[in-house]
Amino acid sequence: MEQKKTARMTGAGGRLSRWLVQYAGQIAFLVILFVILSVASPTFRTPGNLINVARQVSVNMIVACAMTMVLIIGGIDLSVGSVMAMSGMVSSYLSLAGLPFPVCMAAGLAAGAASGFIDGLILAHADLPPFIVTYAMQSILRGMVYVITAAGTIRLTSSAYLSFGGGLIGPVPLPVIYMVVIIILSILLLSHSRLGRHMYAIGGNPKAAQFAGIDTKRVKILIYTLSGVCAAMAGLVLTSRNSSMQPGVGSGAEMDAIAAVVLGGTSMAGGRGAISGTILGAFIIGFINNGLNMLRMDSFYQYIAKGIVILIAVYMDYVKNQRLLKGSDAA
Amino acid sequence: MKPYLLEMKNIHKRFPGVYALKGVDLTLSAGEVVALVGENGAGKSTVINVLGGIHPKDDGEILIDGQDAHIDGIQSARDRGISIIHQELVLVPHLSVAENIFLNREPVRGGLVDFGQIYRDAQRFIDELGLNLRASDQVASLTVAQQQMVEIVKAVSFQARIIVMDEPTSSLSDREIESLFANIRTLKNRGIGIIYISHRLSELEQIADRVTIFRDGQSVGSYRVGEVSQDEIVRQMVGREVVNYYTRTFCASDKVVLEVKGLTSDKVQDVSFQLRQGEILGFAGLVGAGRTEVVKALLGFDPLRSGEIRIDGQPAQIRRPAQAYARKIGFIPESRREESLFALQSNRFNLSIRVLGDFIHGCFVDSRRENAIAEEYREKLSIRMASQDTLIQNLSGGNQQKVIISRWLAAKPNILIMDEPTRGIDVGAKAEIYELMNQLAAEGMAILMISSELPEVINMSDRVVVMREGRVSKILEREELSQEEIMRYAVNI
Repeated sequence: MEQKKTARMTGAGGRLSRWLVQYAGQIAFLVILFVILSVASPTFRTPGNLINVARQVSVNMIVACAMTMVLIIGGIDLSVGSVMAMSGMVSSYLSLAGLPFPVCMAAGLAAGAASGFIDGLILAHADLPPFIVTYAMQSILRGMVYVITAAGTIRLTSSAYLSFGGGLIGPVPLPVIYMVVIIILSILLLSHSRLGRHMYAIGGNPKAAQFAGIDTKRVKILIYTLSGVCAAMAGLVLTSRNSSMQPGVGSGAEMDAIAAVVLGGTSMAGGRGAISGTILGAFIIGFINNGLNMLRMDSFYQYIAKGIVILIAVYMDYVKNQRLLKGSDAA
Repeated sequence: MKPYLLEMKNIHKRFPGVYALKGVDLTLSAGEVVALVGENGAGKSTVINVLGGIHPKDDGEILIDGQDAHIDGIQSARDRGISIIHQELVLVPHLSVAENIFLNREPVRGGLVDFGQIYRDAQRFIDELGLNLRASDQVASLTVAQQQMVEIVKAVSFQARIIVMDEPTSSLSDREIESLFANIRTLKNRGIGIIYISHRLSELEQIADRVTIFRDGQSVGSYRVGEVSQDEIVRQMVGREVVNYYTRTFCASDKVVLEVKGLTSDKVQDVSFQLRQGEILGFAGLVGAGRTEVVKALLGFDPLRSGEIRIDGQPAQIRRPAQAYARKIGFIPESRREESLFALQSNRFNLSIRVLGDFIHGCFVDSRRENAIAEEYREKLSIRMASQDTLIQNLSGGNQQKVIISRWLAAKPNILIMDEPTRGIDVGAKAEIYELMNQLAAEGMAILMISSELPEVINMSDRVVVMREGRVSKILEREELSQEEIMRYAVNI
């Protein structure tokens, strides 16, 4: 009988119900937010606006998917905002020089991969706090972007570049498609691959992961590189949507991404979390931003609302952790 | 009649889902050492946490000097003169000994901390106890044994009359244990009552006056030491007769599966030995003699300076642990919590982490296969868990250790290295692990066992490598094994 029970719990139904229990808080919050905004603003719930929300969320989601993995391995990546600008700049200049868009895009993504790789390399080989290393990288990259562009805006003219972020397939904006693809790939990587298990192991107990023969250095380098690539992708989408590359693009993007991840229940301490939570978190932030716009509230209120929601989320996480620890005490 | 220093009567404590204490009685007189023994989960730690004000009791009485003690928090317990020295020491590593002793009650002069007085007072307490410590030393630079002394000084400085020590000897070498016992005797002579929790029954005769036995949340008996045999204590702990505590059928073959010649790293020098199929090779020595460091060098954790390693007669180049594991070597490290457990992950996750390739192919997880592997080992090692999905931290130490052993067995090693395989686990689980080791050896596995418990080394090993100061001091054959013989080579004579 014991065995049957275990089998049932691991089945699809059991997994879904466990997921609902785990994210009950976030789901309830999202639903309440949706209902309130729908009542307060009739335009909020129109399909047109909801697609709009998805598009607005997409850039943050792309960054947040990789950030989820970074947090799960016990790290943090503060450089993503500057990586967005760096990749946007690289591809904009190349586009301006008349190179075809796929080349520009590849170069932009490569720039992101390179900066993520450097972060990863430093963190894998020296026991430095990721907070400081990636913060330094953020500052260096942002500075480079300002120096190279002389703080000027680059206007984009290539139609291929412009349609990369602005195009549609039917009614669906392309960034939403990118977002869905990246979400699916992230879920496969994190929950369905060996690398995913290794990530949870490293974040849960780095020493034990090492003793179990996991190449922690390689995984770290890989994940930070991935974070760089995703940030670069987000940077390309954003510059394309803006039809221009501004040197300040992506400022503060790291905080939006971390907020989405943490709202989604991923532990800042590493070892626990999931992409599905991050999706909820990103949409909570997206609803707040879009809804307050709909209600014609000053955008400054969005900061206050976001801050309060994050405080509530991390407090809930703390309470959950305490309960986990108590559980071991009693046994 | 003089009332007891401490009397706990009929203490009950329920946690959600667990009835942890079902009527515990405990008495302690001034200047007495009472040992608490029992399997993990028998309630020893819980009763201590109730005494220390960490958990409120649900029912029962706590009397100090015959008066109701009204313990309702950590501070009130401390005010009643109760001091607890936990197994995992809780000192601030980057502060000095003195600062730790006076943490959160620093004497103040003119609004500033009076460091002069802190150091003077701390040194005075240290000297009174005749300890070999300097008040100005940084705690991080001290050995575990010395840190324990700091805890003792701290307790004394609080005017503690009751000191609880939770498994104080679990990570000490024999020599350090001797000096700990000397310190305990000093405390006794000052009229302090000591509650001493230990899994090592052999220590009791040396240090305890009385032993109180716990089983399943109850105190089942209290005896003067010497009135009761170790066998009887064990019988009462488990509630059944333990026959064949150590099981061992010796059947090593002549085939050498691992040969190490002149292994030298930064921490060990010129270590040579052979490990044969079906053999349990014990590694004995004092803490710090370099036993774990031999393994670290062998497995590529520490860089080799020179030396040769042969696996199945073939020279092996091992620079990273993964290379050693790929050659069918398994390694169970000594500190379970720090080096093995993914505490906030499920039992299944912890068990399967070494064999992910068996059930994850690309992006397809064969959950049924994973579960089958986990269940296979749960059955084989009779691991007691609510389900594979529960967090491993909710298991008892013995069951956690069985999951970790399963993790490595699942990878089907030919050579298994076990560093302190039974540390911190209860008698029943110990016997099961010995039986398992015996069975594995009989099936042809070669086991290298590092152990600080001499009875374990002597009863389980085919041969014993004794280490001293980073070198092999002697390899003893089974016929030569005795505690005295091992100690003779382990210490510098």
